Amino acid sequence: MSAINKHGRKRGDARGERIDVRKTYKLYIGGAFPRSESGHSYAVADRTGTFVANAALASRKDARDAVLAARKAFGGWSGRTAYNRGQVLYRIAEVMEDRRPQFVQAVVQSEGVSVDAAEGVVDEAVDRLVWYAGWADKVAQVVGGANPVAGPFFNLSSPEPTGVVAVLAPQESSLLGLVSAVAPVVVTGNTAVVVSSYERPLPAVTFAEVLATSDVPAGVVNILTGSAATIGPWLAAHMDVNAIDLVGVAGDAALATDLEVAAADNLKRVRRAPATEPDWSADPGLEPMTAFLEVKTVWHPIGV
Amino acid sequence: MPDIFEYAPAPESRGIVDIKPSYGLFIGGDFVEGHGTSFKTVNPATEEVLAEVAEADAADVDAAVAAARAAYDSVWSRMPGRERAKYLFRIARILQERGRELAVLESIDNGKPIKESRDVDVPTAAAHFFYYAGWADKLEHAGLGRRQDGSVPRPLGVAGQVIPWNFPLLMLAWKIAPALACGNTVVLKPAETTPLTALLFAEICQQADLPPGVVNIVTGAGATGQALVAHPDVDKVAFTGSTEVGKAIARAVAGTSKKVTLELGGKAANIVFDDAPIDQAVEGVVNGIFFNQGHVCCAGSRLLVQESVAEEFLARLKRRMGTLRVGDPLDKNTDIGAINSAEQLAKIRELSAIGEAEGAGRWSPACDLPATGYWFPPTIFTGVSQAHRIAREEIFGPVLSVLTFRTPAEAVEKANNTPFGLSAGVWTEKGSRILFMADRLRAGVVWANTFNKFDPASPFGGYQESGYGREGGRHGLEGYLR
Repeated sequence: MSAINKHGRKRGDARGERIDVRKTYKLYIGGAFPRSESGHSYAVADRTGTFVANAALASRKDARDAVLAARKAFGGWSGRTAYNRGQVLYRIAEVMEDRRPQFVQAVVQSEGVSVDAAEGVVDEAVDRLVWYAGWADKVAQVVGGANPVAGPFFNLSSPEPTGVVAVLAPQESSLLGLVSAVAPVVVTGNTAVVVSSYERPLPAVTFAEVLATSDVPAGVVNILTGSAATIGPWLAAHMDVNAIDLVGVAGDAALATDLEVAAADNLKRVRRAPATEPDWSADPGLEPMTAFLEVKTVWHPIGV
Repeated sequence: MPDIFEYAPAPESRGIVDIKPSYGLFIGGDFVEGHGTSFKTVNPATEEVLAEVAEADAADVDAAVAAARAAYDSVWSRMPGRERAKYLFRIARILQERGRELAVLESIDNGKPIKESRDVDVPTAAAHFFYYAGWADKLEHAGLGRRQDGSVPRPLGVAGQVIPWNFPLLMLAWKIAPALACGNTVVLKPAETTPLTALLFAEICQQADLPPGVVNIVTGAGATGQALVAHPDVDKVAFTGSTEVGKAIARAVAGTSKKVTLELGGKAANIVFDDAPIDQAVEGVVNGIFFNQGHVCCAGSRLLVQESVAEEFLARLKRRMGTLRVGDPLDKNTDIGAINSAEQLAKIRELSAIGEAEGAGRWSPACDLPATGYWFPPTIFTGVSQAHRIAREEIFGPVLSVLTFRTPAEAVEKANNTPFGLSAGVWTEKGSRILFMADRLRAGVVWANTFNKFDPASPFGGYQESGYGREGGRHGLEGYLR
C-alpha cells in the first residue's frame, strides 16, 4: 500500500515502488532560472508546518540583476503592439489553465485551503489574466483621448508605461494576489521585478515556469523568492526602478513608510501598502493599471 | 526596359480546403435544409461551380430568428460577460489556427489575391474577435454612461446582419464579434456570391462549443435579406453594402424600434499635395484603388492631385501600374485578382464606357487577362471633371478617376463634393496641413500618408450617404447596446 505524499504523488517504499523526482525551486531572472547568487535558500513548509522544499533566498545582487533584466526587456516589450501584448497575456492564461491541477495543488499546499477553494482561486487567477489580456488594447481608449483645446491644435493624450516596476507581491494570496499584482503592470508595457510571498513562494515559481513557456519575452517578468523586508529596500532605493507596488508589506506601516521614503529619491510612482491585504476576488477596476502609466499629450498645429 | 520581371507561378495549394458539394443553413447550432431555391456559388477566376447553397425563405428566416431569440433568452443574455468573452476568444483562436484554410477558401470563392486574404482578411477577422472578446466583461468602461433609469447599457436582443461579398469573412467578424460581446445573438446573411467562409465559420462555432442559436447563418439573395431585416422579432439591423439597399432598409425599419447601423458606399478622394513624398504617395494611391480589385467601399477612387505635380505623378503612377500582376488569385505573386461576379464586371464595364463617352481619357497597362473568369485591368481616367459620372458614382472596381486642384481650399471643395463621406486620403509632408484637411473633410475616416488601414481598435463608418453608425473600436459597441 502506498500513501499520498505532500507532493500529491504516491510515496515510494521498500517494496520497489517508484521514488518521485522533486523539483528545485529557483529564481526567474531574464528568462532563466538561476539559484540565488548568494547561495542561500530557506525551508518552505505547508500550512501544517511540514517541510515542502527549499526556496532560493534572493539577495540584493539578485534584485539588481533582475532590475537589469527588466530594464533590458522594457524597450522591446513596451514597443510591442498592444494587440500583441494582449495575445501574450491570453497565452499565459491558456498555459496556466492547462496546468490547473498543478496550481490547485500548489495553492492547497501554500495557503492551506480546501481543494474546492483552491480550484476557485486558480479559476479566478486564470480569469484575471484573461480580463487583463483584454485591457491591453483598450486601456488607452478608456483613459486617453482627444482634448478640445481652445485653439487650432490637435491635442491627444495617450497613456504610456512608466518603465521598470518593482512588485512586492502579497504575502497571503500566493497565486491570485500575485497574478493580480503582476498582470496590470505588464499588460500596459511595463516590465516587472517581483518579490514573492516569503512564506508562500512556491506558486510564484510555478507561475514563472508558465511565463517561461508562454511567449513572454525574457526579462518582462522577473520573480524573486525571499523576503520583501530584505529585498524591498534595495528595490525601493534603486535608481533604475520607476515605480513600486507595496501591497506585499500590507499591514506593516513602518516598513511601508520607509520604502516610500526610499522611493522618493527618484520619485518612483508608489502604489501604497493597504492596512490589510485586499479582497483579491473583487473587481480590480482600472487603478492597478493607471498607477503605473504616464500620460503623454501631443500637440500639433492645424493649418495650411 | 523590360516591362516586368518574369515570375514563376507560386500557387497556394487548394488541398487545404474541403468544399462540400452542397451546404444547408446554420440554424440553432445545426446545419438544416433550406426551403427556398438553392443557388450555386462559383469561383470567379475560373467560373467553376464550387457548391450548391441553400436559399433561406421567409419561414427559414423565421426559424433562425426564433433560434436566436431562444438562445438570447435562455443562455446568452444571462451569461456573465467574462464567460461570453471566453467563447469569443476561442473563436479568435480557431480563426488563427484555421487561418490558411479560410484564406484559400476566401480567395477561391471571392477572387481576391491570396496574399490579401492571407495577410489582411483572415488575421484582421481573428483580431476583431480577440478585441471584442476583451470588451465583453468591460462594457461598464466603454464610456456610454447610464440610461435614464440609472442602469448600465444592455444588449438589444436579436441582431439581423447582412454583409457584402467584398470582404466576406472580415465583414462577418465586424458584425458578429461586437454583437456577441455585448450579449446579443445574431442571424447573419452572407452575400449570395460568397457564402462559403461564413458556412465554414458556422463549423468553427461548433468547434468552439458556442451555445446553439447564438450564431445563425442564413444564405440567400436579396429576398432573404429583406425577410431578415423586416422580421418583427429582430431588434437590430446591421447592413454593409450599397447605398441604394441601405436606403431601402432605412425605409423598411421606419416606424419600428429597431436599432440600425449602415455601412454603405463611398467615393473617396485621395488628395496628393505637391510636397508629398511622391513614390510613397504612388504606392498609397495604387493601394487605395487597386487593393481587393477596388471592391472596397472606402477605396480611394478619386485621385485629386495638385496641378503642379500632376504630370510627373501620373507618369510614375502609370509606370507603377505596369508592374501590377493580374491573374490567378491563388498565386502568391498576384496583385489583382478576379472581379467577384459577372454582374459586377458588367457594371464596371458600363461605367467605364460612360467615362469614355463623357470625354475622359482612359488608360490601362498592357496585361494578359485569363480567358475564363471575370477580369478587369487596372484602369485610370484622366481629364475627369466633377460632373462626370465616373467622378460621382461608386464603380466598385479597379478604376481610378483623376482630377486636379490648385489650392488646399479647392481640394477640400472637390473632395467634399459628393453625397458620400466614408473615407479620404491626404498626402503631404506638412503635419499642420494634414490636420487642416482632416478638419474639413466630411468623411468618417481620414488616412494621412497611408490608406486602407483597418484595425479592430479603430472605428470605421461614414458621413452622409455612406451610412450611419461606426464599426470597430470602443464606438463599435454603441450599435449593439441600448
